[in-house]
Amino acid sequence: MSKITKRNEFYLALVILALVLLLTFTTDQFMTLGNLLELFTSYSFLGIMSAGMLVVLISGGIDLSFTATATISQYIMSTVIIEHGGNLFLAFLIGAVIGVALGCVNGLLIHFIKKHPLIITIATLNIYKGLLMYFTKGKWIYNFPLWFSKPHDIFIFENSQGDIFPISLSLFLFFILFIILAFILQYTKIGRKVYALGGNREAARRMGFNIFGLTLFVYGFMGLLAGIGSVSHALIVQTVAPNAIIGKELDVIAAVVLGGASLQGGSGTVLELSSV
Amino acid sequence: MEDSPSYALKLKNINKHYGGVHALKAVDFDVQTGEIHCLVGENGSGKSTLIKIISGAESPDHASEIFIKGKQYRALSPIISVEAGIQVIYQDLSLFPNLSVFENIAISEYGEKRASLVNRRRMREKAQQAMNKINVKLNPDKLVRELSIADKQVVAITRAIATNAQVIIMDEPTASLSKHEIDELLKLIINLQKKGFTIVFVSHKLDEIMSISQRVTVLRDGDKIGTYQAQELDERKIEMLMTGREFDLNQSTDKKITQKTVIEVRQLSKRKNYKDISFRVNEGEILGITGLIGSGRTEVALSLFGMNKPDSGEILLEGKAVQFKTNYQAIQAGISYVPEDRLSEGLILPQPISTNIIVPILDRMVNKMRIFIKEDVKTVVDNWVKDIGIKTKNPENAVKTLSGGNQQKVVLAKWLATKPKLLILDNPTVGVDIAAKNSIYEIIRQLAKEKLAIILISDEVPEVYRNCDRILIMHRGRIKEEVKASEISEKVLNEKVIGGVVSV
Repeated sequence: MSKITKRNEFYLALVILALVLLLTFTTDQFMTLGNLLELFTSYSFLGIMSAGMLVVLISGGIDLSFTATATISQYIMSTVIIEHGGNLFLAFLIGAVIGVALGCVNGLLIHFIKKHPLIITIATLNIYKGLLMYFTKGKWIYNFPLWFSKPHDIFIFENSQGDIFPISLSLFLFFILFIILAFILQYTKIGRKVYALGGNREAARRMGFNIFGLTLFVYGFMGLLAGIGSVSHALIVQTVAPNAIIGKELDVIAAVVLGGASLQGGSGTVLELSSV
Repeated sequence: MEDSPSYALKLKNINKHYGGVHALKAVDFDVQTGEIHCLVGENGSGKSTLIKIISGAESPDHASEIFIKGKQYRALSPIISVEAGIQVIYQDLSLFPNLSVFENIAISEYGEKRASLVNRRRMREKAQQAMNKINVKLNPDKLVRELSIADKQVVAITRAIATNAQVIIMDEPTASLSKHEIDELLKLIINLQKKGFTIVFVSHKLDEIMSISQRVTVLRDGDKIGTYQAQELDERKIEMLMTGREFDLNQSTDKKITQKTVIEVRQLSKRKNYKDISFRVNEGEILGITGLIGSGRTEVALSLFGMNKPDSGEILLEGKAVQFKTNYQAIQAGISYVPEDRLSEGLILPQPISTNIIVPILDRMVNKMRIFIKEDVKTVVDNWVKDIGIKTKNPENAVKTLSGGNQQKVVLAKWLATKPKLLILDNPTVGVDIAAKNSIYEIIRQLAKEKLAIILISDEVPEVYRNCDRILIMHRGRIKEEVKASEISEKVLNEKVIGGVVSV
C-alpha cells in the first residue's frame, strides 16, 4: 500500500477522481459516454504528441519545437492531398515522414552543436515557425477533399435507445500508439538504452552505447509522433491554421511531467502518462 | 621475458603528451595475475592517465608497448580492453540510478547487436550468477538510486564480474565511503582476490593501501618512482615517495594557549541532534571534535554558527551570551565556519578566486556610494593568495581550475578574510592529497599561533591527534570523552573512537 501512495499517479488519480465527481454532480451532461468519448477524442492529438515528449524527457532532453514540426507536417500533408488527392494512409505517411525529418534535424543539431536541447529546440521552433509563415503567408486551409472530411470511425456502438457512440480513428490511434510505445520502452533494447541515457549520460557513453544513434532515435520519434498527431488534429478540426498547435508545447510538457516523467531525465512510464 | 604469462598486464615505456605537457614519462608498470596492486600518487602524478591508457580511453605515444596476458598490443581501445578482460570502475561508478540492480549488472546485454528485444530472464540470470560468484546478495529489482553508496559500489564490481573481467581496476573506490563501509569493501576485494581476480587499486588513503595490497607502484609528476613490496613500506615512507618530501607528522608544541576564553558552550541541547554539550576554547587553542558520522559533531558546529538553533543551553562569546538567529549575525560576531562539502557549500566554482575570497566581506570593500573599490579588492585578494599559498598564476582564474587542496585554501582564505575570532573547520582535508593536506595543517597551526581559537572537526583520528590540543570524542549526540592529545597515543585515541561503535 505504501508503495502505491508513493507514486505520483496515485495523487493524480485522486485529483482526477475529485474533478470527475464534481462535474458529475454539478451537471448531468458530463458523465455520459458520449461526452467522455468527445473529450478524449478532442485531446487525442495532444496525447499522441505527449507520447513522443515522454521519450524525449526520459532520455534527459527536451523538445519545444515539435508543435512547429506538427504544423509544418499539417500544411504539407494538406497541400498534397488537396492538390493531388490521395487517401488517409498517404496523409499519415506524409505527416510521419516530414515529422521524422524535422525531428532528425533537431537530433543532428543537438548532437553536433552540443548545446542544451532547450536552446537548440527553441531555435528550431523559431526557424520552423518562420519558414512556415514565409511559405504559407499565414493562410488557413479548410477545403479538404470529401474523403478526408467524412467521419473516420473505427467502431460504432449503439445503445438500446438508438444513440450512437463512435470511436474515432484519432482516439484509436492514440491508444494503439500508447501500447506500442509502452512495448518499445519496456521490452526493446533501444527503449532501455533511452532510459540509461537519461539516467547517466556519461556512463552510457562509457558502455559504448551509440549516443548519436539514440539521440536521432529520440528526436526522430518525437517528430514522428508530432507528424502523426498533426494529421490526427486535422482530421478532428478539419482546419489547418498556423497557430492551432503552436503554443501548446507547454501543455504537452506539463502533462508528461505530471504523468511522472522527470525533467532531469531517466524516469517516467507509459502507465503513468496514460493516467493524465 | 616481457610476455611471461604470470603477468596479467604489463606496460613498457609508456609515454604520453597532452599538448606540451609530458603526463607520463617512460613508465613501466606490471600487474601479476591474482595480486592486489596499489597505484598511488598525488593529484596530477599521472595515475589517471595511466588508467585511461589501460582502459583504452587514451592512446599512449609511439614506442609504448602493452601486453595483456602475454599478448602484445600497440594501443588499446575501450572495446579491446574490455574483451581482454579489463574493467575499470571509475570513482563515479558509472551506474544508471534509474534502472534496477539486475539491469545495471547485465547492462552489457543492451550493447549486443544480436537481438533488439530485451531478454529480462537472461539478464536476471546473468546478474544472479555474477552475484553468486563473489558471494554478494542484493535485491535484483531494487532501483540503484535507492541503494547506499557501499551497495552501489558492490553493483559496479558485480557488473565488472558479469562482463568476465579478470583484471579489475578501481579508481579511488573509498573516497566517499564511511569507515565501516571501507572495511566491508576491503573485505570484498580480498574475497575477489581469493576467487582469482587481479585488482589494481588506486587510492591515496595510506592505511587502506597497507592493509590489502601485495605491491605498490608510486608515481610522481609523471615519473614512476618505483614498485615496492607492501611489507617494505610504511605510511611515512609512501608519503615521502609520493611527495618527495618529508613531513613533520608530530604534534606541534611550540605554541601558547592564553587564558582568555573565546567561546564557551554550556549544556547545549537540541532534540534529536545532541545533548548536554559543554566545552570552551581559548585563544590560540585547537579543539578537536571527532566521532563517527552521525555523532552530532556537525550539528553542534552549525548551532555555534547560527544555522541550527539549539533548544536549550548557552553560548558565550568572549564572556557574553549570544543567540544567533542567522549565520550573518554569527559572521558579524566573529565566527567562521568552513563546511565539509566545499563544492556545494563553500565555493562558487565557475567564479574567479578573487570573487570567492571577498564574498563574505563585500560590505568592507565598497565606498560611500556602495561601489567596489577595485584597489582594495586587489590588495586583499593578493595578500590572501600569498599568505595561504594558493597556487595560481592569476587570482582571476575560475576556482574550478584549481586542485582540491588549493580549492580548500580558497575556502580558508575566504573565511579568514572576515577576521574571525573563532574558526570552525569541518573535515577540512576531505579529498585533498597529502602535500596539500600538510600545508593546510601548517596553516591551521600558524593561525593558532596568531591566537585564533579553532575547532577542528574530523573523521580522521590522525588529523585531530596531530593538530589538536584537546579532543572531544562524540557519540550519539553526547560528548563521550575528552582527552588531551599530549597524554595519549594515536592508537589509544583510535580505539576510543572506534570503541564507540563496539559498545552499541
